[in-house]
Amino acid sequence: MSPEKMVHMANQIATFFKTQPGTDQAARVAAHLTDYWEPRMRQQLRAFVDAGGKGLDDIAVRAAHLIE
Amino acid sequence: MKDFIIPNDRDMGTSAKTGAPVTLEIDGVAVTVPEGTSVLRAAAEAGISIPKLCASDNLEAFGSCRLCVVEIEGRRGTPASCTTPVTPGMVVHTGSAKVRKIRRGVMELYISDHPLDCLTCSANGDCELQDMAGAVGLRDVRYAAPENGGMVNHFEARNTSGEANPEWLPKDDSNPYFSYDPSKCIVCNRCVRACEEVQGTFALTIQGRGFDSRVKAGGADDDFLSSDCVSCGACVQACPTATLQEKSIIELGTPDRSVVTTCAYCGVGCSFKAEMNGDTLVRMVPYKHGKANRGHSCVKGRFAYGYAHHKDRILKPMIRERISDPWREVDWDEALSFAANRLRGLQAQYGKKSIGVITSSRCTNEETYLVQKLARAVFGNNNTDTCARVCHSPTGYGLGQTFGTSAGTQDFDSVEHTDVVVVIGANPTDGHPVFASRLKKRVRAGAKLIVIDPRRIDLVKTPHIAAAHHLPLRPGTNVAVVSAIAHVIVTEGLMDEAFIRARCDWDEFQHYAEFISNPRHSPEATSMLTGVDPAELRAAARLYATGGNGAIYYGLGVTEHSQGSTTVMGIANLAMLTGNIGRPGVGVNPLRGQNNVQGSCDMGSFPHELPGYRHVKGPEVRAIFEEAWGVQIDAEPGLRIPNMLDAAVDGTFKGLYCQGEDILQSDPDTKHVAAGLAAMDCVIVHDLFLNETANYAHVFLPGSTFLEKDGTFTNAERRINRVRKVIPPLNGYADWEVTQMLANAMGAGWTYAHPARIMEEIAATTPSFAGVDYALLEEKGSVQWPCNEAHPEGTPLMHVDGFMRGKGRFIVTEYVATDEKTGPRFPLLLTTGRILSQYNVGAQTRRTANVVWHEEDVLEIHPHDAEVRGLKEGDWVRLASRAGETTLRAKLTDRVSPGVVYTTFHHPDTQANVITTDYSDWATNCPEYKVTAVQVSLSNGPTDWQEDYAAQAAQARRILPAAE
Repeated sequence: MSPEKMVHMANQIATFFKTQPGTDQAARVAAHLTDYWEPRMRQQLRAFVDAGGKGLDDIAVRAAHLIE
Repeated sequence: MKDFIIPNDRDMGTSAKTGAPVTLEIDGVAVTVPEGTSVLRAAAEAGISIPKLCASDNLEAFGSCRLCVVEIEGRRGTPASCTTPVTPGMVVHTGSAKVRKIRRGVMELYISDHPLDCLTCSANGDCELQDMAGAVGLRDVRYAAPENGGMVNHFEARNTSGEANPEWLPKDDSNPYFSYDPSKCIVCNRCVRACEEVQGTFALTIQGRGFDSRVKAGGADDDFLSSDCVSCGACVQACPTATLQEKSIIELGTPDRSVVTTCAYCGVGCSFKAEMNGDTLVRMVPYKHGKANRGHSCVKGRFAYGYAHHKDRILKPMIRERISDPWREVDWDEALSFAANRLRGLQAQYGKKSIGVITSSRCTNEETYLVQKLARAVFGNNNTDTCARVCHSPTGYGLGQTFGTSAGTQDFDSVEHTDVVVVIGANPTDGHPVFASRLKKRVRAGAKLIVIDPRRIDLVKTPHIAAAHHLPLRPGTNVAVVSAIAHVIVTEGLMDEAFIRARCDWDEFQHYAEFISNPRHSPEATSMLTGVDPAELRAAARLYATGGNGAIYYGLGVTEHSQGSTTVMGIANLAMLTGNIGRPGVGVNPLRGQNNVQGSCDMGSFPHELPGYRHVKGPEVRAIFEEAWGVQIDAEPGLRIPNMLDAAVDGTFKGLYCQGEDILQSDPDTKHVAAGLAAMDCVIVHDLFLNETANYAHVFLPGSTFLEKDGTFTNAERRINRVRKVIPPLNGYADWEVTQMLANAMGAGWTYAHPARIMEEIAATTPSFAGVDYALLEEKGSVQWPCNEAHPEGTPLMHVDGFMRGKGRFIVTEYVATDEKTGPRFPLLLTTGRILSQYNVGAQTRRTANVVWHEEDVLEIHPHDAEVRGLKEGDWVRLASRAGETTLRAKLTDRVSPGVVYTTFHHPDTQANVITTDYSDWATNCPEYKVTAVQVSLSNGPTDWQEDYAAQAAQARRILPAAE
């Protein structure tokens, strides 16, 4: 997956959960990613975050740190 | 072949009623029927067949043919029994000398103006006029044309002197599927009434009066094809003579037996009688006891089945080393071992997760179940997905989050109890025509209609129907519109607080109410975004909230957006706010696209869910299947279709088994799909035809049509309907057998002998299907899941006493604009859809005479947008987006608003999906087909892409002559 597409998808998820009540948005994004993203997609996200995570929403970055 | 015994489907004359019991006496027999029943029907229930011609139990009584006259003690004259309701203690005589004489006289008059060519008539043996002549004992016709006088009949082209008969009209053969022969018409009005009452099109009328009365399609210069006729076949079915007759019957003769089965087109899932003459299918007739369609049909299911015998069908397996090679026909063993070796080789080289499957929403539940099982149990991964990914996956997520299950809440019968129908992002008259007919009937009876759609779809204004409100929103602003409706309901205090307190999570509701009450969600505040008139939106919201039973029906115009899942949640919020859940006439009704898209989801086609919508992460769920299948199941979700293609381009996904799906044509961003397919080393296409995806395939396994196999389809109302084998598979094997052979070539050791065995395994592992078996389906005809110990006869209505998840959840639905934005380069918004006569990628319908209605995709564009671009009707235009470009013809129409253009995706030479982008729903990756920023300009020919594509396709479809 192109990094731009991955960033776009991850940010879309973060955008939704940011609108939801509560304080656990990053955890909910992480749960969504764990439930629906195949491991190699999650690994790509994680690696991207480790490499700086340019363009990623803060919540998505925090979520990436929470996923396995 | 086991024939299904058809329950009594004789015509009872008039419709069934539900009033209090009334007892009367007919020919000395005491009969008790519901109040409101006609004497004609009461007699039929007592086993007495009163002769009739103009009556039919799917139409209102008409009382014109005067054949069903009876005598009733204490009443004067001889009333028509079809229009006479029963009364308590009534004494009826159906066969007195007086009525027998009247009937014979009536028949004599009919026959005096009817040709006596019964032996060579196409309706011979299937003609009610013939039957009635026999029943009334007609032996002689005294009325003949006067000698040397002007001929006064309608059926002879020339009189004895050779002069043309001005009353005679030639046959109208303009419709490809049926003919209209005016010379055989008895003007019983059944066709006209069927077109009005059953189909709701009002294409037919009776022209002239008295002896000049003629059935007429459309206006003065019209024939059937040019009229408004939608070729649903209701008039043909209604006709008691050979006047309106299927051409297949004219050609092949009348049927001698029939098998009840289920249509393989849209998600309505109509039941049909496949009528056979020997081993030849001569006609498909909608089955009266089919609970989805109640005896009605559309042009696709009724007539467009000829693709099964089309010359393009591939019946032998084929393989090739590289996609640049021509195909080579081989036997099944060679094809399967080639495929199995390649797949196993890829797994050895690139890892277990380097291959996957796409299950078909057109194949049966049993076939789909086996394909996902192939991935999970034989490939050892969860890389299984289905085309529901690209249509209703947001429904699964959105309704799952709010109600606890993705299930649509109602059955189709529910619409008969609806007072306010809201149609959002769906075009039922084209996409789900038989449901649309039932909906229109309800609207004609007084229900109110709200249409939320960027286009002025037919439902907005059609004969005898007008939507109370049409909200023509800008594509991509669904969430804003749905939230604005909720804003009106909440801020004006129109919600059903008792329902919310009893059935929903109150804390969540309060948070939601605070959120939605914010003025930024008001119709006035959002109208700049949505383009919807705030006053109209407020009126629509008030109507939905206060107009009685409110039901929402929605389609892909809701789901196929970046915020598809959010809109589904917004719709669920509306139903909960207004208490429109859990009884007939209300609910949230996703209109599923393909015939078995519901079933393919139920059967565990999604990469994260095992059958019955249970996430693979659950050890207790995996344990059920691990025990049943004797394998370990991966606990991680697999790749979804777009993810598979991305992974293929990245080089980590190398092999795909794609059953009954044409992803190259149907999925968005064709160039990306092609790149993904081209990057794979083993693409197995299992299909009827060399479809577009097969241009990139290494193995082609021939498929079987729905006529050639046993199984079940599950329609949009969760109804599990039997598919029954009508003819043997032309390719030698039903699709479930092919999947089993592929699995066994990979060492699976499966031994299913019949789809019923597969259903037993589904029932044993999936709680919502626990009570389903073929014996029950034989007995009940169909059942709606959940069907288990708690609901042994199935579940027509969901959430009756409480939501599946316990308390319904209100979810905050913030509008987020899609990133697909118009700008100077791409100033228009393209939205896509489909048309009545064609189905999905058109692989089936393009190979039938349905092309007379739609032989190419056209671009609908508003005259203002056309004018500024110098475009005229019929011009070739170039349609371009940031993803690609194509050319097609322009159609100027104000059905689309300025700024919006529309096309269909039925034809591969247009490839509308070259234009669509890779943006997708945030939760499910359902592609955003419905919003693409485009530019339209004059064109002088096919684009480079189209030329390259056509050349590649021609090259890829070469087949070497078979080796001897």
